[in-house]
Amino acid sequence: MIIAERKPIKELLEMLAGHDKVLLVGCKGCVTVCNAGGVKEVGVLASALRIARRRQGRPIEIDEMTLDRQCEPEFISWLEEPIREKGYTAIMSAACSVGPQYIAERFDKVAVMPALNTKFIGGTLEHEVWAEFCRACGNCGIHNFGGLCPITRCSKGLLHGPCAGSSGGKCEVRPEVDCIWHLIYTRMKNLGQVEKLKALKPAKDWSSYWSGGVRRVVREDLTL
Amino acid sequence: MKAGSNLERILKSGQFAITAEFVPPATGDRELIERQALYFKGHVDAANVADNMGAVVGAASCAVSKVLLDLGLEPIMSLVTRDRNRIALQSDLLGASLLGIRNVFCTTGDHQKFGDHPEALNVYDIDSVQLVNAVRGLSDSGKLLGGAGCDKVGSFFVGAAADPFGEPADLMILCLGQKVRAGADFIQSQPVFDLEKFGHWVRLAREEGLIEKCSILATVMPLRSAREARAIHEERRGVEVSRDVMTRLEGVLEPEQAQEGLKICAEQMQALKEMKGVQGIHIMSAGREEVIPELIKKSGLETARAKG
Ligand code: SF4
Ligand code: SF4
Repeated sequence: MIIAERKPIKELLEMLAGHDKVLLVGCKGCVTVCNAGGVKEVGVLASALRIARRRQGRPIEIDEMTLDRQCEPEFISWLEEPIREKGYTAIMSAACSVGPQYIAERFDKVAVMPALNTKFIGGTLEHEVWAEFCRACGNCGIHNFGGLCPITRCSKGLLHGPCAGSSGGKCEVRPEVDCIWHLIYTRMKNLGQVEKLKALKPAKDWSSYWSGGVRRVVREDLTL
Repeated sequence: MKAGSNLERILKSGQFAITAEFVPPATGDRELIERQALYFKGHVDAANVADNMGAVVGAASCAVSKVLLDLGLEPIMSLVTRDRNRIALQSDLLGASLLGIRNVFCTTGDHQKFGDHPEALNVYDIDSVQLVNAVRGLSDSGKLLGGAGCDKVGSFFVGAAADPFGEPADLMILCLGQKVRAGADFIQSQPVFDLEKFGHWVRLAREEGLIEKCSILATVMPLRSAREARAIHEERRGVEVSRDVMTRLEGVLEPEQAQEGLKICAEQMQALKEMKGVQGIHIMSAGREEVIPELIKKSGLETARAKG
């Protein structure tokens, strides 16, 4: 899923300067699972912002709403009525960055701002800890590495083994993170596939990545 | 002889080579580079011109290599894959060929987190093994990675790095094997303090049949003080100062530690020279190039070229 994290209140207050009536929109998708932008977090954030603005001597009116998903235009339509009726000057989206962009493209009279920092494609490691697993290179090759991704989980994206900074199974760039090359090697050994690692890998074709320009997926088999 | 460099000649003829790390400062002052070169010229067979070592900005390795060539000091141009994609790297190789640079050294490079621009975007389009392969393609068949051919590209003598001290040892040998298969002519190791462990790695490399295919240069690092040794041990990634070396440095008074450090290093150079499978020494003086002539003198390993 997409992992996101709420921006600091101070930054959000700066964004909201000059706005007195705002809709804070959460999302019941990934950001609910990673406790960043679900119903509960939207409630907590709205209260925090209200209190802070009251203290600043400029109270703000914040309505709360949480959509099933903000990454589907269909659900964004649910915002039409409240935006028309309530006269919000800004919508703050607590979804991954797809949400605020959809809202921005749909409603041309209101300001749109992100409440979250969209961090990465990842998963939960333990309670309140999420880690990155995929950079969406667009051409998955993890079967060559025992099912683990060196492109994402090696800080240098190395395809031919660890760098000299790998120490005690940890990555030099972030010592709290495993050096993926240690996990890959151990796993390939267990699978009896170390020989496979010896092969030289050609320079990766990054055109399926963002390097190839903004990406789209078209499924002709699904078009009506 | 394909590349025709001095280093290639020495290594291929089975002689012992001495190289040293030349870290270009962040300067546009040619005289500064020329002064720094005095510590190398006539003392080493070739100087590795670092490519923004430690992710700290310094003058371009390609340009500094040319300055050294002009001075009669043979450069080994370093290229890291951290900052440039395959387009820029290959362009630099063609530039190097135009300038008469014959040795190149390919690494991935330290992560920018450790340098003076930690907020920079990195590239890592290709890794060091793929860069070695790219140099080979250009050098041997005039072919770019994209498939197009280039005219009159000079041949390169290609180097790569290896870590004899990482764990597990068989993975380290696997990595070495990949670099050799990609076409590395010579290898410069991570700094050696533990000769026994290094010797073990060289033995493993020999058993894998890798020593016949490339020349191994052992890297040494003269230490200035016990304090510096501790700091390097703790902070420098991939460098482990052995207990023995630490004890010896700690065993003398602080003002004498620098001399003791040189002495230890010179002794290690002698021992490495005797080690089967080791074809040369690479000196990493960590910003103290002025010790290079004295160190080489102390070790008794004056190079063939220096005598001539
Ligand atoms: S290979 Fe590409 S798609 Fe597969 S996990 Fe890694 S980054 Fe993601
Ligand atoms: S320590 Fe491991 S994960 Fe980190 S950059 Fe080096 S090889 Fe990659």
